[in-house]
Amino acid sequence: MSQLSHKSQLSHKIQCQEEPNLMAKTLHKVADETLDIAPLSLKQQQVLRALLECGLPHVAQPYLAIAKQIAATQTQVLAQISHWQEDGLVKRFGLVVKHRKLGFKANAMVVWNIADDRVSEVAEQLSSCAEVSLCYRRPRRLPDWPYNLFCMIHGTDRAVVIAQIAAMTKKFSLEDIQKDTLFSFKAYKQQGARYGKKGDVNG
Amino acid sequence: MAMQLSQLEQNIINLYQKGFPLCSHPYRAIADELNSSEDDVISAILTLDKAGMLSRIGAVFNHKKAGSSTLAALAVPEHELDDIAEIVNQFEQVNHNYGREHYYNLWFVVTAHDDKALIDVINSIESLTGYQVLVLPMEASYHIDLAFKINFAESATGKH
Repeated sequence: MSQLSHKSQLSHKIQCQEEPNLMAKTLHKVADETLDIAPLSLKQQQVLRALLECGLPHVAQPYLAIAKQIAATQTQVLAQISHWQEDGLVKRFGLVVKHRKLGFKANAMVVWNIADDRVSEVAEQLSSCAEVSLCYRRPRRLPDWPYNLFCMIHGTDRAVVIAQIAAMTKKFSLEDIQKDTLFSFKAYKQQGARYGKKGDVNG
Repeated sequence: MAMQLSQLEQNIINLYQKGFPLCSHPYRAIADELNSSEDDVISAILTLDKAGMLSRIGAVFNHKKAGSSTLAALAVPEHELDDIAEIVNQFEQVNHNYGREHYYNLWFVVTAHDDKALIDVINSIESLTGYQVLVLPMEASYHIDLAFKINFAESATGKH
């Protein structure tokens, strides 16, 4: 498969997933549901999102500090974040830790080549294991990359992680399935995702 | 464990990776919950930040709703890996980048505000590095739990 077709698949995939005007929808929701709080403008929402991706300042009133940066009130900022949480745009709000620094150095990506008609079933099984923190299906890229199911396992000890993978392989009778384990040996970069357009925020 | 964490620091890590208080004085709210003081909570967070354990306190956005993203990988000769990783890191749209033990030895996540910007980044990485990028966008998500529950039992001597 050529690289070009990889990318056009990617493009198609993303277009299918895209939700245009999500922020505008949220804007209307805020206006509908909380009549006493003026909604943020689209531009303010964009900048707020970028600021939240960079992280709260470590001051006693962080939301007030952020509100001042976008010429809004603290109440508006808090209402907007609540709405994003309810909408599912924000899936988690809190400390983003660097797991390697916390001792989670045995970070393994386990990749499996599961028959297409079994992939959901096996994914559910693997996801039920407490040590699996992420489980995604991704496309195969034949002949270079035959794997379509990805699990992340974060552990403090490599031998323990290897034993955990062996145990789940046995438990779900996956011994005959082609798989590979990719331990990380170096984190070149680890930071929160930033979706904001360049130039929205200073720094 | 790189350093001993106080009981307060441990509790903050384990309890506030999600559901961080949304109120005018969030650190005071945490202090009330953990029987501490606002100053001590802020200082604990500054300590974690200084020790490099904290990336940030903020929002983790839903990838599907918030923009375009993909996992990507490169297969590069070992002696070039650090240099290539540096090139990849230069893109602000790259938010994770790991060396992994495999023929594909550099794995990173690219996140952009739309699909065109994402593809532009991948094309730029290819032209700057001279290597073809393996592009693996998520097709289905079965499980996400990135709120690490840390078992501090072994190191919990506690300063607090």
